[in-house]
Amino acid sequence: MNEPVLAVRQLCKHIKGRSIVDHVSFEIGEGEIVGFLGPNGAGKTTTIRMLVDLIKPTSGKVVICGHHVAKEPEKALRYVGCIVENPEMYSFMSGWQNLEHFAQMLDHADEARIREVTEIVQLEDRIHDKVKTYSLGMRQRLGIAQALLGRPKLLILDEPTNGLDPKGIKELRSFIRQLASDGLSLLISSHLLSEVQMLCDRVIIIDQGKVIASGKIDELIKQAAGHVHWVLGSRDAGVKLLSSDNRIKVLAGTESADDACGPIVTAMREELIPETVRRLVEHGIPVHAVHRAETTLEEMFLAMTERDTIA
Amino acid sequence: MLKLFALTQNEIVKLWLKKRFYVIILILLIIIPIFTYAEHKLAQTNAEHFPDWRNRILQQIADIENTLASDRIPEEWKRGRRIAVQQLQYYLDHDINPSEPSGVQFTREFLGNSVTLFIPMLVLAIGSDIVSGERTGGTIKMLLTRPVKRWKVLLSKLLALALYVSLTIAATVILCYLISGFVFGYGGWSAPVLAGFKIEGSSVDSASVYAVPQWRFLLMQAGLSWYSAMTVAALGLMTSVLLRSTAASMVSMMAAVIAGSILSSMSSAWTTAKYLFSVNLNLSGYLVGTPPPIEGMTLPFSACVLAVWGAAAIGVAFRVFTKGDILN
Repeated sequence: MNEPVLAVRQLCKHIKGRSIVDHVSFEIGEGEIVGFLGPNGAGKTTTIRMLVDLIKPTSGKVVICGHHVAKEPEKALRYVGCIVENPEMYSFMSGWQNLEHFAQMLDHADEARIREVTEIVQLEDRIHDKVKTYSLGMRQRLGIAQALLGRPKLLILDEPTNGLDPKGIKELRSFIRQLASDGLSLLISSHLLSEVQMLCDRVIIIDQGKVIASGKIDELIKQAAGHVHWVLGSRDAGVKLLSSDNRIKVLAGTESADDACGPIVTAMREELIPETVRRLVEHGIPVHAVHRAETTLEEMFLAMTERDTIA
Repeated sequence: MLKLFALTQNEIVKLWLKKRFYVIILILLIIIPIFTYAEHKLAQTNAEHFPDWRNRILQQIADIENTLASDRIPEEWKRGRRIAVQQLQYYLDHDINPSEPSGVQFTREFLGNSVTLFIPMLVLAIGSDIVSGERTGGTIKMLLTRPVKRWKVLLSKLLALALYVSLTIAATVILCYLISGFVFGYGGWSAPVLAGFKIEGSSVDSASVYAVPQWRFLLMQAGLSWYSAMTVAALGLMTSVLLRSTAASMVSMMAAVIAGSILSSMSSAWTTAKYLFSVNLNLSGYLVGTPPPIEGMTLPFSACVLAVWGAAAIGVAFRVFTKGDILN
């Protein structure tokens, strides 16, 4: 594998004695779309800001295309386009003037390139209007146009679907895929997990400043304890038996007679299903149905981060 | 190098599109006619009472001497008046009218009076949001994630600010001349002005006094005003970097400037106040020989104090801007 486009090594940030980001490490390869997830206050934004030299790390380093961001930002940032939080542009200028402004700060972004990125984000009709007349979606697109000006190798998007309507989200999604197939790497932070699940090859989940999980989404989900629904002939005896196994967690079905006919929901690894079925049968409890519910990224995410916030 | 030029161009365009300079021109277009009218009224009254300007000067001297005889006037005030009497006498002896009304003369007076408060205000109107505005607008995140060193970004802002400060001084002079000239006539370029009064205690040393044509005097005065205005701009840049909110940086700078002008008019016995920047803004006052607000102040002294303040402000601004984390 080639040199990673982005390599984050043991990144730490302390602000006023509080550890905000704690030994975060990850890499992004060429053409990869990586989701960056975490609940509010997890250190997501601080990490992203350290990637683009808005915040200096307390320790650790960020390397983009071989250049150390904190040491030679003007070289490293040449390969990065980013939108940090909202796509804030100069509202008293037109979209075109904004793009000209940022093109001036780059080496090889001429008028033709400005026109090109305007076409990519389909903003040709309104590009000469003042930004203050733009809708949020249009600002988002202008922000992306700005980020693409310098033909970056890495695009960092913070909450890119914020404020977009369903059509806009769909367009953005295909647009992001298009960019990635052209070899661009993307780091996308989002709180819309279904969005990330649809878009990203890989996710990094952070909580309280630490990476708590990272990897391919389907692999992560496979590792996580899935939900298994049981429909049993004898409900109470079933619950009793299931909860006697400490590898199985009974989530629902114990409470009342209201949903007495509903299934018993458990959290358990799927490898345990055959063994459990055998034990149920041995104890004379008829098994009417066993259903393995597909875990979504969202459920997995909540399970991971909730545990930490309670602790 | 080329990049710095492009960056400065960016900043100039932004300041222009923010329409700050239009506002300044508008303020000047309102203020100057008002003062022109006031000056015109004054000239009219003078002309009625004293057909000959010499009589007016004599009357002025007599008035001042009357107040000097009074015991109720504090000694510090008397010092300034004694100096004024000697200067008026000097003008009279050399048969030079110190206030021959003309467009140039009005411009000179207006500039002299506006350097301590009005021009600093205009400068702050342009510059006090030059960095804090990027923070509140969030655009600083775009600006500082581009492959450009941070000091270059701030330097480009400083250069753009310097350009607009120069334009503001130029606009003040040009508009003053054009508007007041309409009433007082466009002449007066070569009228002599006496400069170089040396003040020692309460007496004037007129040995080094020389007459300069008014146009040269105006040029010198504009240069000195530019110098003061640049110091204010540098301090404004610093507060704009240090304080997140534009309102806070504007208000704190205006407070400092106003405090300085109050302190100077108190002719204070607190001599260390002479190291404050805002007490030293009236550089052109030294040219005409107005007694300094605090004893011991001279043109080189004030120029040095301003230079030190300006340099320190720029130093702090660059230090904080290049090292600071952008957290909001």
